[in-house]
Amino acid sequence: MRRRIVMSGLAMVATTAGLLTGMVPAVSASSGGVITFAYEDPSTGGNPAMPALIAAAGAEFSKQYPGWSVKADDIKATENPYYIKLDLQSSNPSTAPDVLYEDTFLVNSDVAAGYLAPIDQYVSKWSGWSEFSAAAQSAAKGTNGHIYGVSMGTDTRGLWYNKSDLQKAGIALPWHPKTWADVIKAAEAIKASKADTGVTPLNVYAGVSAGEATSMQGFEMLLYGTNNPLYDSATNKWEDAGAGWTSTLNFYKTIYSQGLALSPQVELGATIGTTIAGQLLPQNKLAIDLDGSWMSSAYWGPKGAYPWANWSKVIGVTGMPTENGQAGGLVSMSGGWLLSVGSHAANKQMAFNFITIALNEENSLNFDINGGGIPVRKDVATNPAYLKANAAFGVMSSFVPFTHFRPAYSSYPKLSNEIQLVTGQIMTGQATPAQGVATYNKYLTGLVGAKNVESAPM
Amino acid sequence: MAKPSLTGGLGWHLGKGFDLALISAAAPRRRNLPVWRWLGPLSPALAIMGLFFAGPIIYSVYIAFTNKALTGAGALHPKWVGLANYKQLFSDPLFVHSLELTLIFVVGSAIIGQNTLGFLIALLERGKNSVVTATLNAVIISAWVMPELVAAFCWYAYLYQGGTLDSFLHHMGLSEDWLYTTPMLAIVIANVWRGTAFSMLVYSAGLSEVPTDLLECAKVDGAGQIALLRRVIIPLLRRSIVTNLMLITLQTLGDFTLIFIMTAGGPGEASQTTPLYIYQQALQLYDISYGTAISIVLLIIGALFSLIYIKLIKVEEQV
Repeated sequence: MRRRIVMSGLAMVATTAGLLTGMVPAVSASSGGVITFAYEDPSTGGNPAMPALIAAAGAEFSKQYPGWSVKADDIKATENPYYIKLDLQSSNPSTAPDVLYEDTFLVNSDVAAGYLAPIDQYVSKWSGWSEFSAAAQSAAKGTNGHIYGVSMGTDTRGLWYNKSDLQKAGIALPWHPKTWADVIKAAEAIKASKADTGVTPLNVYAGVSAGEATSMQGFEMLLYGTNNPLYDSATNKWEDAGAGWTSTLNFYKTIYSQGLALSPQVELGATIGTTIAGQLLPQNKLAIDLDGSWMSSAYWGPKGAYPWANWSKVIGVTGMPTENGQAGGLVSMSGGWLLSVGSHAANKQMAFNFITIALNEENSLNFDINGGGIPVRKDVATNPAYLKANAAFGVMSSFVPFTHFRPAYSSYPKLSNEIQLVTGQIMTGQATPAQGVATYNKYLTGLVGAKNVESAPM
Repeated sequence: MAKPSLTGGLGWHLGKGFDLALISAAAPRRRNLPVWRWLGPLSPALAIMGLFFAGPIIYSVYIAFTNKALTGAGALHPKWVGLANYKQLFSDPLFVHSLELTLIFVVGSAIIGQNTLGFLIALLERGKNSVVTATLNAVIISAWVMPELVAAFCWYAYLYQGGTLDSFLHHMGLSEDWLYTTPMLAIVIANVWRGTAFSMLVYSAGLSEVPTDLLECAKVDGAGQIALLRRVIIPLLRRSIVTNLMLITLQTLGDFTLIFIMTAGGPGEASQTTPLYIYQQALQLYDISYGTAISIVLLIIGALFSLIYIKLIKVEEQV
């Protein structure tokens, strides 16, 4: 009896040991001529042009470098969980991808985390690098001066409007609002003319459900049209919420309290972004939408989520004006995604070689056309095929001179979240603009420390 | 059962541990064996427990005192920051708000809802036709057997604007997004619906142990229904009551899936209980150490609840 107990005990120890050795990761999968490439799957919100890019660039890569191939690591997760998975994978050498696809605003924090490899020595020998605009070349420059990625394209933001709704409201087309007051006036006119048809005049994203869209397509498109940006790159300090914040929050208060915007219930819906692109705009239930340059391609293009061949007959595009028409009159925000080399890549030169093929002229052109990106390669931007591909591309590209970038520091995601909370409170009437300003300032000082905050100009 | 909640898993296992302690305390004491007789056979189990149960807890206690993050400098070289996370915690209005909501959720859905309803159903089913009770039990238990994710989605589909309830009310000229206007009530009701079966099973088992002759005696002595309940049934059930309360409290305290699917903590922060706040801080805002610090607080709250319940049963036993 005792012997049997001892034996079964030993068996269990052996099983445990077996389990444990089974958990030790196998030899790094990145060796042996395979480059792993991690990206966000289109089915969960990733760029719809990505699978075609990988297929084309992967085939070219294998042809040019016999024995080498690309393994697509399509991460099925919406934007925020995608970053989580990418960070977790990158933190372990055995799972870290060789090539990563990520948003520019994460570069500095991922450099600090040691996930990305500097690629200065490789880009200096690459003939294609000179085709990238100066802004694009510095898009992935870390605070330490090194380059950590190649820009795949950028984006801009502006006003998408229903032509017939504006016409019926007595607004001359093409529409060119000069100030915020013009935008509100147009929304009021649409409300008056469409009182009984259930058309919502204007959408400016607010609240936490829309996530980064609230911060970037909504709030920052207003704030950067005042004299109160989030961050002062001249002094390297965060700006507190001043007069520009008050104007911005008052804009929100006006549109949401006077019935010019969607109801908070709809705005706080879990899928508000696709509700607007897939239903409200195509079904003529929304007249004006402050949104990104990718709407007409990533959503309504032939390969988009909601193909809509005739969109350009119904919908027009124009620039978002600054508060009082200052600073050149228009405002836009830009982001953009990068291809970077992972710090754990076994063969960084080959990983970079794949990037050069993925972002050569032809592949960049197709990627920008299918995914609705604004090109950063000069040869693509001037390519007639690009300009002809989508009616909005020309207008949206013209906002590049007015564009602003988000502060690329690791505090930004938290501040962005706080912005979403504050706009949500204004939208639902839980807080006044003055309270919103105070909430943000308290949070900002608590997060980055009073010594890193300066007063916004009045 | 895979629990996606951060501390829910810990709380749940802790609950089981305490429950086992209760049972073993009641069992007659065995004679002491020499160490080598039990350590050998037990060592694989101890090793697994140490590695997969104690290990993660100890590690999470440790990282709660560092600045570990998913990205940024805290990801590469986490530094010891002492009590900084806890100092931040107690001046964080959203954390305090989340604790209040968690308390409402636990008291409303577990202690009042599941517990009372489960007890009543078990009591009413007592001595009824076996076909009726079997049918009823099948219906109630199916809510509990259903994966939490599916149950949560059913409730979402039922309550959202355009959902089943809203469509029904539409015929009467009403329209309401219940998940927006009454998010806390919605998640409390959904959790009662899902969890009542568990309490019912515990109480049915307890009630079947109540000797029928004791009840007969009480009736002969002139006890009414209320007196019977108060003076005979409840005192005999106290062990079941405490076990049930402890398990459902700990499970509800760490509940994540149901709320995440139904309201995701919203609108705004109106239903952001502590487990959802932990998720937001640790994963959406990359601050692993802060999320862990909050989860340790939740763990302590769970332990306090357990201690109170154990104390209650001891007081009862001494009486």
